[in-house]
Amino acid sequence: MPERSQNDRTMIEISHVTRSYGAFKALDDASLVIREGEFFSLLGPSGCGKTTLLRMIAGFDNPTSGTIAVDGQPMAGIPANRRPTNMVFQSYAIFPHLNVEQNVAYGLRRLRLGAAEEKRRVEEALAQVSLTGLGKRGAHELSGGQRQRVALARALVMRPKVLLLDEPLSALDKKLREQMQVELRRLQQAVGITFILVTHDQYEALAMSDRIAVMFGGRIAQVASPKEIYQRPVNRQVADFLGGMNFVKAEIVEENGSSLVVDTLGFGRVKTEKPKAFVRNGGGATLGIRPERLRVLWDDASSKFEVAGRVIERHYFGEITHLIVEIPGLEKPLSVTETNDFGADDIPVGAPIRLAYDPDALVALAD
Amino acid sequence: MTAAAEGSQPLSLGRRQRTSLLQSEAAQGFALISPTFIYALVLLVVPILVVVAHSFWTQNYLTIDRTFTLENYRIAVTEPIYLDLLRRSLWISLLVSFFTVVLAYPIAFYISFHGGRHKGLWLFLITIPFWTSYLLRVMSWKVILGYNGVLNSGLMGLGIISEPSTALLYNTSAVVITLTHAWAAFAILPIFVSLEKIDRSLIEAATDLGDGPLRRFLRITLPLSVPGIVSAILIVMIPTVGDFVTPKLVGGKDGVMIANAIQAQFGKGANWPLGAALSVTTMLVVTAMAASTVLIIRSAARMAR
Amino acid sequence: MTAIRNILSRWLPAYALLYVVFLYLPVVFLPIFSVNTSPSPKFPLAELTLQWYRDLPNTPALIDATRNSLMVGIAAALLSTILGICAARAITRYRFPGRRAINGLIMAPLVLPEIILAVSMLLVMLQLGLELSLVTVVFGHVLVCIPYSLSVLTSGFEGFDRSLEEASADLGETAFGTFRRVTLPMVAPAIISSLLVCFTISLDEFIIAFFLTGTEPTLPIYIWGQLRFASKLPGVLALGTLLLVGSFLLLTVAELLRRRAARRTQNAGGAFA
Repeated sequence: MPERSQNDRTMIEISHVTRSYGAFKALDDASLVIREGEFFSLLGPSGCGKTTLLRMIAGFDNPTSGTIAVDGQPMAGIPANRRPTNMVFQSYAIFPHLNVEQNVAYGLRRLRLGAAEEKRRVEEALAQVSLTGLGKRGAHELSGGQRQRVALARALVMRPKVLLLDEPLSALDKKLREQMQVELRRLQQAVGITFILVTHDQYEALAMSDRIAVMFGGRIAQVASPKEIYQRPVNRQVADFLGGMNFVKAEIVEENGSSLVVDTLGFGRVKTEKPKAFVRNGGGATLGIRPERLRVLWDDASSKFEVAGRVIERHYFGEITHLIVEIPGLEKPLSVTETNDFGADDIPVGAPIRLAYDPDALVALAD
Repeated sequence: MTAAAEGSQPLSLGRRQRTSLLQSEAAQGFALISPTFIYALVLLVVPILVVVAHSFWTQNYLTIDRTFTLENYRIAVTEPIYLDLLRRSLWISLLVSFFTVVLAYPIAFYISFHGGRHKGLWLFLITIPFWTSYLLRVMSWKVILGYNGVLNSGLMGLGIISEPSTALLYNTSAVVITLTHAWAAFAILPIFVSLEKIDRSLIEAATDLGDGPLRRFLRITLPLSVPGIVSAILIVMIPTVGDFVTPKLVGGKDGVMIANAIQAQFGKGANWPLGAALSVTTMLVVTAMAASTVLIIRSAARMAR
Repeated sequence: MTAIRNILSRWLPAYALLYVVFLYLPVVFLPIFSVNTSPSPKFPLAELTLQWYRDLPNTPALIDATRNSLMVGIAAALLSTILGICAARAITRYRFPGRRAINGLIMAPLVLPEIILAVSMLLVMLQLGLELSLVTVVFGHVLVCIPYSLSVLTSGFEGFDRSLEEASADLGETAFGTFRRVTLPMVAPAIISSLLVCFTISLDEFIIAFFLTGTEPTLPIYIWGQLRFASKLPGVLALGTLLLVGSFLLLTVAELLRRRAARRTQNAGGAFA
């Protein structure tokens, strides 16, 4: 996929936004900058505040405190119908009494563009979402994927500064979802509009976004590129939410501005980058390593960095095999995922095994 | 997103509105329902309280004496006429509820389980007669059951009886037949709704666990449709007691019900307090009867398991 | 087991058919005897005639009663539908304490003996010094119509996806524009259906009208008066037939509209179906 160069202009600025319902805080002092042309995802489990934040940008909800600005303009007091944002709803909210064309033209009607121009814009939007020729279809004659495309076209036709997508793919089946992920990303690259996607699916966020904000319990835990979020999660919660992670206990030997030196029982002494959110809590720390960053060492191959142990479980997943390996000294066995091209699926349970790792893959995690 | 806090809120919130959203949603909802609520208060609750008040007063020709007395109730529950009427009314309403529900159940079952695509049409078909004038339906039964009526002439035409039977009209059974017909739709609909709510996989599970059609009906379908049966009984039994048109038109001397007596007290008899006491007594007794019927059905359903 | 299956497959449809015959039995005799020359309703029919229908427009009392009933019906339908809309909207859209209790109270007239409703309203109206008239009948009819109106409207409003209104606002439409372009078109069928149902109920209602009317009779009260005279029966039957046809048409329209409304609102969340 071609990388589109983004400019650094700020499109959305969220500063110190809190939304409380009585004593409960749905969103707690969230600050965030989203750049123009960015595909930005709000990722987190249900109830983490991501939808609340999206709805506040759209104007369906208001911050209890804090401010939201879109394209430099503060949004306080501006109702949803006068904001330069448009939304693709989770349920799609296709108007059931209108056909596809009328749905797409719904918002244009108020702009009084004239019939010809309106028709041209509708056609263009339908073409963008590959629905050309389906304009006369009734709302209830559409499949789930088509409804999603209509919702998308209806929002895009308004040429918003920001397109908001509230779990737009959650109602689709797996195959269609994966196809739509690619299409949405392509579409965003083509139109260059800022997209903000709300999702609870980490793979969706990783696959589509330029940057991701991971949220838990109304707070933003980390904002970074997919790669960084995945490889260098700031804390255990983020690490865990984004996929499998082996956690290893460590003792801090040395701490300075940007790095940590720790001792572990299995992996020995390791020097690692210090996460921003790191707060020293006694002498202990936690290291994490993704299962695929541990490689099986075959026969007499060796590595500068390796651990030895014994296979205690083996799970076959087609293209990969998942091994559970007991390492002397580690309180919990390690998860290892290995591709099957060298015969990892044939390693007998109980066999001794050596694992190679890159010390850079060991990351220190805040708790 | 399912968390309550993330649920959608009304659009019209001003930006300075800092009150808890739940509170203001409650206020909006309450404001919206209040006209209807007040209407029901003024024309339902207040009038019933006024009736209850009257039942403790006395009528002195054209004026009402507002000294508290239980005399009306003494008359209502000791005078043989009213006792008889009350007993007969309860008996009729019990019979009517029984027949209505028993006859309605199979049809509700049929529509729900075998109605296929035509469920809506069946329901429509069944509710149509109910929408025709009640007065005229009762009248029509009089025509059917009468001495020179359809049934008699039909039976005579077929040679089953040689002269018209007088046993058909002006008695309790005529009242029961007419009312069973009148309330049919009210029994079918709730039972149908409760049958529709039964997850069909429960019945498949019962089959899978070895139950035959009869057993799975008795162990799954029937117990799960009890809420429908209960509301059918409530919706038929209580209003039936208050009918005075049917008894007057087809009931004859034996078919007179308590509502006729109530009507008389508010009409020609002109003894409002007595009428009020009769109304209150009837309501209490029929509610008690309906409640105990419901209890019996519920415990029977529990034992059937 | 096969025996029971036989009963289900063979006897249940037969029973269903028989039941429908039982339901329609009294209804079909109205039109049949209304075209009979003999005033007493019995088989075989004497001769066919439309005489009784021709007499109807020449009966001034009947014309008056019809006009009264139409006025009462329209007023009751409008009033109970407006009150029904408020309640249905509140119940389907908002959560507030006491919602279930209030709903129960509003639905209560459905399970109360009509005579009790009638006499209690009568007492209050007389206490208040209100003169009994068609207006008091309307008040009574509204009370018994609201539960039906509320049921019809709730089924129409339910499942009305709130995000549809939000989508409209999001696309730039004002609150009023949203109401006009989204809300109203979607709930209009349910509202019309409620109007028709309430009108039909009011048109046929006897007991409450009997107690609450003053000197002007409604149609059922006129019919009640006629029932005492055997010779008037065919005229009543003819009138009844016309009412039957009228009610049938109104309710068919109401049902079709209600279904359309329900289908629309249910489809709003169709992606999850």
